[in-house]
Amino acid sequence: MLRYIARRLLLTVPLLVGISLVSFLMMHMAPGGPIGSGTDLNPKATAESRARLKAYYGLDRPLHVQYGRWLGRMATLDFGDSFSPDGRSVAEKIKERIPITLTINVLSMGLIFLVAIPVGVYSAVHKGSLFDRISTVAVFTGFAIPTFWLALLLMILFGVTLGWLPISGISSLDYESLGTLGRIADRGRHLVLPVLLAGFGGLAGMSRYMRSNMLEVIRQDYVATARAKGLPEGTVVFRHAMRNALLPVITILGLSVPDLLGGSVIFETIFAIPGMGQLFYQGVMSRDYPLIMGILTIGAFLTLLGNLLADVGYALADPRIRQG
Amino acid sequence: MRKPLRRAVLPSIALFLMFAACGGGNPESAGKGTAVSDVPAYGDAIVEGSIGDVSGFLTAVTTDASSHEAAGYVFNGLVRYDKDLKLEGELAESWEISPDGKRITFHLRKGVKWHDGAPFTSDDVMFTYRRMIDPRTPTAYGEDFRQVKRASAPDSLTFVVEYARPFAPALASWGMHVLPKHLLEKYPDISKSPLNKKPVGTGPYRFVEWKTGEKVVFDANPDYFEGKPYISRVITRVIPDQATMFLELKSGGVDIMTLTPPQYVRQTETAEFRKSFNKYKYTSSGYTYLGFRLSNTFFKDKRVRQAIAYAADKKALIDGVLLGLGQEATGPYKPGTWAYNPNVRKYPHDPGQAKALLNDAGWKEKDGVLVKDGQPFEFTVLTNAGNDARAKTAAILQQNLAEVGIRMKIRTVEWAAFINEFIDKRKFDAVILGWNITPDPDQFDIWHSSKTGPKELNFVGFANPEVDRLLDEGRSTFDLEKRMKAYFRIQEILAEEQPYVFLYVPEALPVVQNRFRGIVPAPAGITYNFVKWYVPAALQKHKVQP
Repeated sequence: MLRYIARRLLLTVPLLVGISLVSFLMMHMAPGGPIGSGTDLNPKATAESRARLKAYYGLDRPLHVQYGRWLGRMATLDFGDSFSPDGRSVAEKIKERIPITLTINVLSMGLIFLVAIPVGVYSAVHKGSLFDRISTVAVFTGFAIPTFWLALLLMILFGVTLGWLPISGISSLDYESLGTLGRIADRGRHLVLPVLLAGFGGLAGMSRYMRSNMLEVIRQDYVATARAKGLPEGTVVFRHAMRNALLPVITILGLSVPDLLGGSVIFETIFAIPGMGQLFYQGVMSRDYPLIMGILTIGAFLTLLGNLLADVGYALADPRIRQG
Repeated sequence: MRKPLRRAVLPSIALFLMFAACGGGNPESAGKGTAVSDVPAYGDAIVEGSIGDVSGFLTAVTTDASSHEAAGYVFNGLVRYDKDLKLEGELAESWEISPDGKRITFHLRKGVKWHDGAPFTSDDVMFTYRRMIDPRTPTAYGEDFRQVKRASAPDSLTFVVEYARPFAPALASWGMHVLPKHLLEKYPDISKSPLNKKPVGTGPYRFVEWKTGEKVVFDANPDYFEGKPYISRVITRVIPDQATMFLELKSGGVDIMTLTPPQYVRQTETAEFRKSFNKYKYTSSGYTYLGFRLSNTFFKDKRVRQAIAYAADKKALIDGVLLGLGQEATGPYKPGTWAYNPNVRKYPHDPGQAKALLNDAGWKEKDGVLVKDGQPFEFTVLTNAGNDARAKTAAILQQNLAEVGIRMKIRTVEWAAFINEFIDKRKFDAVILGWNITPDPDQFDIWHSSKTGPKELNFVGFANPEVDRLLDEGRSTFDLEKRMKAYFRIQEILAEEQPYVFLYVPEALPVVQNRFRGIVPAPAGITYNFVKWYVPAALQKHKVQP
């Protein structure tokens, strides 16, 4: 097992280099460049100032030299400095955005599991019942409704009309003057709507997935055997059926690891949340190469790590895979 | 409009300064709230909504509007635009221009202090100038300063610059924020200095904190040379979505923002809204146009361009796109400013006249489409994606042109691709774009025939010897009378030639919570006298201890 993990980890390195190379090339193939946002259609920017800016950012070097430099820095885990005028380091920019994105994603994922698994199981066990049909309609409605629209409606209801919850942002203006408990409560109030909405959209996938897994398992012979033994229905469903139906969920969990750090642009824009989604979007729009590369590399690494974790989890749970 | 206006920018630096925001106008709402003693009082905070985050506070190295606005609270230039968009002294008390127009002598204000207490002197101005021309400074604004032949600081309150030839726009370039030498000296690259994140300036407000992506906070500078500002604290909140920002406004989370036309016309016309807010309306400093690639076979002929100008229903555009909140553009200047010529050839909506002109030019109608030499009149107009107003403009123009037998297709392209793949490579028939209008009327870069090279701004390829000469004349004298004459004539020629069909100038639509008093609208907008805004003591909402 340990050798397996070690081999997989080693394989990650060439994969990461390959991914970064492809990302780098794609990024440079896109029209425009980092200096364009400030100099395009700007009469004060002459050919000379453009050339100076290019040299300043090292963009006058051939592509392979630029990539080589980036890779060299990466080898020492240095993400470099952002091309945006504040010139702050990419690592610093990513670091300050991670907590809020991670919080929202973990909470909304928890919410999804908490709601979707029982709903899926219950729907499968009582297939075709009123609950099954209502929950199907409900989760698919959640899936189909444009988040930004629902978000605005909820903001109007809870923020403007009722005044119960803050509309946007992640903290009140007097946040600094609050005590620890006050701060937690304040942060919590700001997170209610974003987490609810992020969770609502994801319910459909998870509950449907759980439902079909469960249906599959319930038809299996060993479930029939369990019933034949005269076990109570509760034990049959939770002990024998659900445990096995949960197995594929491990895969989903593993594959969700990169999503934990990836924010949604639309979502963060609507709620004015300074998260990873906005950071990446702004990076792409202004062609901030080091920032784009930094986020892509982290994303790639997490994806590979998630895959590895899922495989390991699977192997632990299912002896057939371990031996294979 | 989800994204900040990605308008083609013509940014004189001073244009971005917060004290030169909008244009002339009148207060829209009469709602003045309850009767309280309307006496100026210190205190309270104002929360501004901003679509974009700050990217840095040193305006030499930033180019976005959010950063320039935020920096405007902290820094000053030698000159600035006053409420009538005329240049006045800021850190310079006065200036003289030598009779030959080549030398400007600035007399600096006495007793001005940096926020850290150090005195402001001509050394700081000299330092700023040197850094602007230093290749290690990543600035897009170096060009104006490279025109300076010699700069000197004969004493601590005098700064002298000499140019090779008289250059009128040079004066406005000294609106560039002056940087503190004593704090920046040791940083060869100012963009990497801590001051870009924690600025120290001479301005009305002192920097307190910047939470990236969230907010920027400033406190009043008690030693400001124009007197301590009444409003004690300014908080700029980043809210990227216009609809969210509007909800924040209504629930009290934001005090001042800019409305969209639908918000202005449809969502704020309630008694409840009027009770707590004052709306304002001004001519904004920008216009939208339909520009032709003039070497294109369709558009070479002046009569065709004039015909399109007649075919375009500007009234319908203003009503449809701006819900009536705009005015017809007749040239590249802002209506009501000194350089604007109101008496140029106009093109009222007249499809008959358009058809007649197209007939003259050899286009004959066949099955509803104009044809000449077997070729149908069919072209594609390009505009940038994500700009709602321009997309609507294109749709209305499409219909207008179909009425006279011209088929216009519409294509929207992402901004960077639009500039690099289409504008720069001259791969377009026509474009819908906009320019900001700077207070200084010099538009050499847009209309001069020498400015058609790669990345240059005369991308339509306009060439007119008389305009070339007038552009030169207009920028090389400080004599207002002479400049006015030159720019008036340029507008006549542009109106006749129609290299662009000038479409409309939108209104700027700010809204302010009505506890704020002292707002006096002027051609420059409302924020030019921000330091004089106040909240009467009885109405103050936030307790701020400076």
